[in-house]
Amino acid sequence: MTFEVSSLIPALPEIFLAVAGMVFLLLGVFRKEDSTQIISWLGVAAMAVTGYLILRGPASAVTFNDLFIVNGFTSFAKILVLIGGALTMLMINSWAQAAKTARFELPVLVLFATLGMMMMVSANDLISVYLGLELQSLSLYVLAAYQRDNVRSTEAGVKYFVLGALASGLLLYGSSLVYGFAGTTSFEGLATAMRGSETHIGVVVGIVFVIAGLAFKVSAVPFHMWTPDVYEGAPTPITAFFSVGPKIAALCLFLRVLVGPFAPMIEEWQQVIVLISILSMLWGSFAAIAQRNIKRLMAYSSIGHVGYALVGLVVGNEEGARGLLFYLLIYLFMNIGTFAVILSMKINGKYVEEISDLSGLSKNHPGMAMALAALMFSMAGIPPLAGFLGKYFVFVAAVNAGFVPLAIIGVLSSVVGAFYYIRVIKVMYFDEPAAAFDKPDMVNGAIMTLCSVLMLVYFVVPSRLVEGAEAAARALFLG
Amino acid sequence: MTFIEGLPILSVVTFLPLVGALFLLFVRGDSEVVARQSRYVALWTTLITFGISLFVWFGFENGTAEFQFVERFDWLPQYRIGYHMGVDGISMLFVILATFLMPVCILASWDAIQKMVREYMIAFLILETMMVGMFCALDMVLFYVFFEGVLIPMFLIIGVWGGGRRVYSAFKLFLYTLTGSVLLLVALLAMYFQVGTTDIPALMEADFARDMQYWLWLGMFASFAVKVPMWPVHTWLPDAHVDAPTAGSVILAGVLLKMGGYGFLRFSLPMLPEASAYFAPLVFTLSIIAIVYTSLVALVQQDMKKMIAYSSVAHMGYVTIGVFAANQQSIEGAIFQMLSHGVVSGALFLCVGVVYDRLHTREMDRYGGLANNMPMYAFAFMVFMLASVGLPGTAGFVGEFLVLTGAFKANTWVALFAALGVVLGATYMLLLYRRVIWGAITKDDVREMVDLDRREIAILAPIIIIVMWMGIYPLPFLDVMSESVAHLVNNYQADLKAAGVTPAATEVTRLGGQLLAFLR
Repeated sequence: MTFEVSSLIPALPEIFLAVAGMVFLLLGVFRKEDSTQIISWLGVAAMAVTGYLILRGPASAVTFNDLFIVNGFTSFAKILVLIGGALTMLMINSWAQAAKTARFELPVLVLFATLGMMMMVSANDLISVYLGLELQSLSLYVLAAYQRDNVRSTEAGVKYFVLGALASGLLLYGSSLVYGFAGTTSFEGLATAMRGSETHIGVVVGIVFVIAGLAFKVSAVPFHMWTPDVYEGAPTPITAFFSVGPKIAALCLFLRVLVGPFAPMIEEWQQVIVLISILSMLWGSFAAIAQRNIKRLMAYSSIGHVGYALVGLVVGNEEGARGLLFYLLIYLFMNIGTFAVILSMKINGKYVEEISDLSGLSKNHPGMAMALAALMFSMAGIPPLAGFLGKYFVFVAAVNAGFVPLAIIGVLSSVVGAFYYIRVIKVMYFDEPAAAFDKPDMVNGAIMTLCSVLMLVYFVVPSRLVEGAEAAARALFLG
Repeated sequence: MTFIEGLPILSVVTFLPLVGALFLLFVRGDSEVVARQSRYVALWTTLITFGISLFVWFGFENGTAEFQFVERFDWLPQYRIGYHMGVDGISMLFVILATFLMPVCILASWDAIQKMVREYMIAFLILETMMVGMFCALDMVLFYVFFEGVLIPMFLIIGVWGGGRRVYSAFKLFLYTLTGSVLLLVALLAMYFQVGTTDIPALMEADFARDMQYWLWLGMFASFAVKVPMWPVHTWLPDAHVDAPTAGSVILAGVLLKMGGYGFLRFSLPMLPEASAYFAPLVFTLSIIAIVYTSLVALVQQDMKKMIAYSSVAHMGYVTIGVFAANQQSIEGAIFQMLSHGVVSGALFLCVGVVYDRLHTREMDRYGGLANNMPMYAFAFMVFMLASVGLPGTAGFVGEFLVLTGAFKANTWVALFAALGVVLGATYMLLLYRRVIWGAITKDDVREMVDLDRREIAILAPIIIIVMWMGIYPLPFLDVMSESVAHLVNNYQADLKAAGVTPAATEVTRLGGQLLAFLR
């Protein structure tokens, strides 16, 4: 087999990001003074260039012997991942500078984790799925334990590592079963093999293991146990990073695996996804009620959101995929905005994390309170905020496909969810002021403004954003 | 009205308050200045909005059931959701009701609200946008967005500026209404799935299978019944009223409760006629229980606001009876009752607010003998009290009379029990008036209360005029709605005939007759 340079073109964004990451690493090592600041901004620039390369790259192609695929769907997902990565990179940098714990490895790790997510999204073979997943996960383990002299952070890192390794093992074991019974690991090959008349029960077992592994990565119930602890223990901006990029990448991968190679087995996997979707929605709503720590609250909230996104996956058609992708888009901005607020919860330079610390925020920082209120109403799915449309689209898909009971459970659990979201608003607006927070720094202020304004005004012209999700969903089902 | 042609007047009326709210965000200066400016900006915005909305009325053509002032463009073509606005005879007057009560509310909060004035005014202006938009929306998703969007400002108004157990009440309001609304959402999605659009006129044309109608109807009922509110899901209302600031109560009673009744008229009846006929006895039963039970509960209240809140539940019982009796008189009566109740109960809450501002209590026993030192107040209160009782010559009479006439046509028993409610209504309202206004003054602080000031007269005088106008010459109001109501009733009857359903109401009458024969 001859090698042609042009066959690298589809993977150019990834190659660029990988090279950039290594260059930054060298830069950090050889420069005498601390270079976190400069590497962070360069990293954001590199991500922007990567995004540009994605948009200008081929619309649809496969390369590396079909291990790697590029199409409208992967581009959409990668752009989301990059936005999440770039915004959280800025937040991580400003946090590290303020906390005097800046080290140049931090942005570099974020960069490599992002690269791993992009690989996951573009994987076209169970082998490359695993490759991308591990690149991402290993970077995240280190990030979780970043504050190594802090017990909670180290604990979070170890917990994440042990359980994450277990999940990777499950995934790998499932892949090997699938390979053993279907005879191939390539997505196309698997799809052809499964379309055959009789599928061996071993394949079904393999798929269940793969689903379990992926469910762990997206923290769907019952594989969610690590989430609250890791969210709480990891440094806040890194939690913000965990809550967007990896979730988005893993959900997109989930979608690609299930409606791609495993599409003919929809009867088998649909029941499993229905179950974990319902459990995630319910547990995400009910367990969050008792939380006092806002990071733990966000952990349960993200579990709930994954449940709603999975409703789009259950349907397993283009409409469902469109709903899921749109949900992820909204989720990205809601979450980052909220974490920007959480990162601004500082009293005399010390971070606080209790919900009650927000008391009377509306009097001390009216702007910040308004931003968080918009984000919380949006998370609760109250119109006219963006979160409502996200939920609307997945439920449309569910009802159209005949999953009415699922939709009813979903909307009712969203009422329970609304309770804890509006409780945050209650604390900010109804309660008497507590100690005032410091003025938010510029990066967080800008991000929370951007995200909350987006929640409010996107309603004017939502059709452009939906078009993006729609094109991506169509590409997924063509490919 | 040539100069308003070509202007998207409904959108202007809907979004003008929002512009005012945005403007308020940029007001700068120390808190005193901001507070004063916020009040004036809000007042002028709402007054101008009211002025423009009057042009909708003037330009409205009475002789047709078509939607007028229609605006539409694609908003989310992928899901066939359009920005579709328009009013017909059913919705038009509600728009006026909302825009009319708004400046009244701003004036009523002029001195009573002292903290976070700017935010308060912003919340009210957003609330106005949501309410007006909801009555104008001709797309179900758009309707839903406005319908639920109302919760956000209302939650904040009760929670931030309320008194008593404000947090509890705000949560109760929010969660009760949200629970109902999400089921409406599911019904909406199912209808979209069937018809492929969420356009309201298109959905009215569509036929739904009977089994499907039952489920859809129940989904909608969950939402609208909580909003109305009907017994037994009314318990959020007294709490919300008691703890809301005066203006919040006015809007709650004046407009928000009407959203449920409007929903029945806009969705349940025209879109799901068979289910509506099937479930009508259920609605009648619940409404009668509401009328009798809540009237009795109102009798024993000590808190003025709570009594009026319970009376609201009773009055809305007539509305639901009128809607589901489904004939020309009863539906016109239901709409008229909603309008008059909107004005009258709003005014009653204002009256409570007047004395509350002076003595900071709503206990009836703390007052007494106000006729001696507050004659103007006593007069205003008397007009509204009598209108609430339904005295001929006031707004309350026309609605109640039409509903009872229509109900009598549909089902004698329902009319009988509903009429019982009129008597009970008179009992508790007169009791309220006697305890607060009549008698000798026994308490010193009551003796020192001063009569209405200019601002309060400016608030109450126009309402008195409207209440009398609606009672003495209701034709301008009835003319607006009669054609649309006729259209609705005709379609409803035709649909039922086509489906081979006899309205269940008559079956109940037959049952009642048999029972009577048996007793003899």
